[in-house]
Amino acid sequence: MNIGVFVCHCGSNIAGTVDTEAVAKAALGFREVVFATDTMYACSEPGQAGIVDAIKEYDLDGVVVASCTPRMHEATFRRTLERAGLNKYMFEMANIREHVSWVGKDKEANTRKAGELVHMAVEKLRRNDYLQAGEFEINKRVMVIGGGVAGIQAALDCADGGLEVILVEREPSIGGKMSKLDKTFPTVDCSSCILGPKMVDVAQHPNITLYTLSEVDSVKGFVGNFDVTVRRKAAYVDWDACTGCGECTTKCPSKKTPDRFNEFIGTTTAINIPFPQAIPKKASINADACIKLTKGKCGVCAKVCPTEAIRFDQQDELVTEQVGAIIAATGYDLFDFTKYGEYGGGRYPDVITSMQYERLLSASGPTEGHIKRPSDGAEPKDIVFIQCVGSRDKSIGRPYCSGFCCMYTAKQTILTKDHMPDSQSYVFYMDIRAPGKNYDEFTRRAMEEYGARYIRGRVSAIQPKNGRYLVKGADTLLGQQVEIEADLVVLAVGAEAAKGAGELAEKLRISYDPYGFFLEGHPKLKPVETNTAGIYLAGSCQGPKDIPSSVAQGDAAAAKVLALFSKDKLASDPQVSGVKLVRCIGCGKCESVCPFGAIEMIDFRGMTKASVIETVCQGCGVCTAACPQGAIQLSHFTDNQILAEVNTLCL
Amino acid sequence: MSVNEGKELRIIGFLCNWCSYAGADTAGVGRFAQPTDLRIVRLPCTGRINPLFIVRAFMNGADGVLVSGCHPRDCHYSEGNFYARRRLEVLKALLPVIGVDPGRFEYTWVSASEGQRWRSVVTSFTEQVHALGPMPGFKSGTSLDMCLCHLDQPQVR
Repeated sequence: MNIGVFVCHCGSNIAGTVDTEAVAKAALGFREVVFATDTMYACSEPGQAGIVDAIKEYDLDGVVVASCTPRMHEATFRRTLERAGLNKYMFEMANIREHVSWVGKDKEANTRKAGELVHMAVEKLRRNDYLQAGEFEINKRVMVIGGGVAGIQAALDCADGGLEVILVEREPSIGGKMSKLDKTFPTVDCSSCILGPKMVDVAQHPNITLYTLSEVDSVKGFVGNFDVTVRRKAAYVDWDACTGCGECTTKCPSKKTPDRFNEFIGTTTAINIPFPQAIPKKASINADACIKLTKGKCGVCAKVCPTEAIRFDQQDELVTEQVGAIIAATGYDLFDFTKYGEYGGGRYPDVITSMQYERLLSASGPTEGHIKRPSDGAEPKDIVFIQCVGSRDKSIGRPYCSGFCCMYTAKQTILTKDHMPDSQSYVFYMDIRAPGKNYDEFTRRAMEEYGARYIRGRVSAIQPKNGRYLVKGADTLLGQQVEIEADLVVLAVGAEAAKGAGELAEKLRISYDPYGFFLEGHPKLKPVETNTAGIYLAGSCQGPKDIPSSVAQGDAAAAKVLALFSKDKLASDPQVSGVKLVRCIGCGKCESVCPFGAIEMIDFRGMTKASVIETVCQGCGVCTAACPQGAIQLSHFTDNQILAEVNTLCL
Repeated sequence: MSVNEGKELRIIGFLCNWCSYAGADTAGVGRFAQPTDLRIVRLPCTGRINPLFIVRAFMNGADGVLVSGCHPRDCHYSEGNFYARRRLEVLKALLPVIGVDPGRFEYTWVSASEGQRWRSVVTSFTEQVHALGPMPGFKSGTSLDMCLCHLDQPQVR
């Protein structure tokens, strides 16, 4: 075998702390290495051309590139090999940037380490096989999980692109957080006026199947061929029969049911339609509040329903859908504001969250758009807004900036002034973060045109005083303590990962960060992809996002799915397990440990043997480690290859 | 002795491609300085690790072996790290029997976003191995040597 080694300088990234020339020289001494050189930028066009030329000139059968992480450029260099007519799996990478030059300053130690990593790669490459990719069919349907604005956008884009879309939403209606907003920054246009038509498009689109009040139960399969089981929760109403007339909701006697849609500041009935523009506009029963379901009496709704749609005995239903790609758009949850004891959230009735305030501002909210204090229904005059409640605070485990709170607070001060011209808003802030288009201008308008008083500092305590609240804080710009008497306190709560996000990530086999937000494939270059092929991200499930970014990401995820489905067949990864029939004793251990059901026991000339279903195998190698005979081997990571690496390092 | 003084020791890391390898990359991108002793072997999953790789590394003179994968329940292959945990736990109990100080072996979970955690794992493990010093050579007739004799027999593979 003729092996060529290319040691990349990566400008000064590697060459700064590694003697690349010495590494290349050392590589010439490794077995079967016939050519070694150092190169300025191996991944650049001239760098790749140099590799192609060397392959031809020295008749190379395999190439080692020592540069950055294979997670960055393995695919790039494999294509280079293909261009030169080599099998693309005759390639190995030594990571001498992330694992060497960037973490150590000692040039001598780094050079030695880089040399050893190259030696390992060479020894592994010597045992590589020529692998050939197969092909498999893909199912061109897509599932979007989450019906907020990002999910809606992704679903509509995919559906317009001709794909069949299944949209799964946990709540009874799509619309997500955006449907609860009154107006949106920085244009102050009405939220439901811009989201409503999109929701209707979803309902009417011939390519979209909508499952609301549903959750993903389990996910099996792989890119192009996922089997997703969806749990359709009991609404206790036959939605095929329900026309959304609302007769049941007016007659239901359980009128004190907490209203989830209105953030629990209003009440609703046990059977309800969440809001007037709900899609689908169908009634569902809150089983915890329904007298019939809890005590067995009542049943008024069933009596008044003109279409006889009420089904008290309805059960959850499991539906399995075959899809080729999945877009996760599960959004976020709001921070639990009761964690800040000093603000009195949960104890003082007039300390509310920004989302509750949003519902007070909304014409479709519990007060029909009149700002009323929850405690006595009086109109507040002085309103204090406190920012960064659950953002940028390490002490409560939320060190990140939620990004949109500065903006929605500015919007709420503007709307407050519009609703009540003689009111005064005070905003306690840490920093104003308004980097979007027209965002900074918007916050300035709130201060200058609408007279919101911005006070830079944290609030230390809120105390009740004569039916009002005394807000004590510091003005760090003036360097003095301030006290403001307020009728209402609004806490600008930050975003956190949606409840159950971790469980869903585990079902989808994607990673999530310490806060529960899903991890993208690469923070800059793969913002909507995940490390699991065929699964994409949109919206705030990846991190807090405002509406424009969520929509943009929904578009991007849909574009990725459309690109994936532009082919009828996908190339399968040939780095899968294979069985040496002679060694296999048919014990079935590999079959029992395979997480994907990719191994079946077959009859081979009267003997039981294991057989790998190559398109199902994902290449984890659990079977290879389990096999007592060493009969099943994961290509590209065989026992011999790994042991060769270990031996190179030790001996 | 601090890890930066004196001779480097031979520490081998078996890392899962999806979490810890990416975590080590994240640490590199963040320029989190680390001791240089560790050499990383990239594997698709910690579930791929045959505990005998680790025994073999010790037999061949490794001073320390570190295994790192995805946090439990966060595996790219859904359950590979559970298999790893089961096997490595048994190995850990076995190491003293074959004459290897269990302090020379560690397995841990580091996710792709935890560059800072990776740095502290590498630093503390390297310090731990340095405190134990170089691996003493194996003489024939020791239990590890006996283990070596049996390694290639099918019944123990």
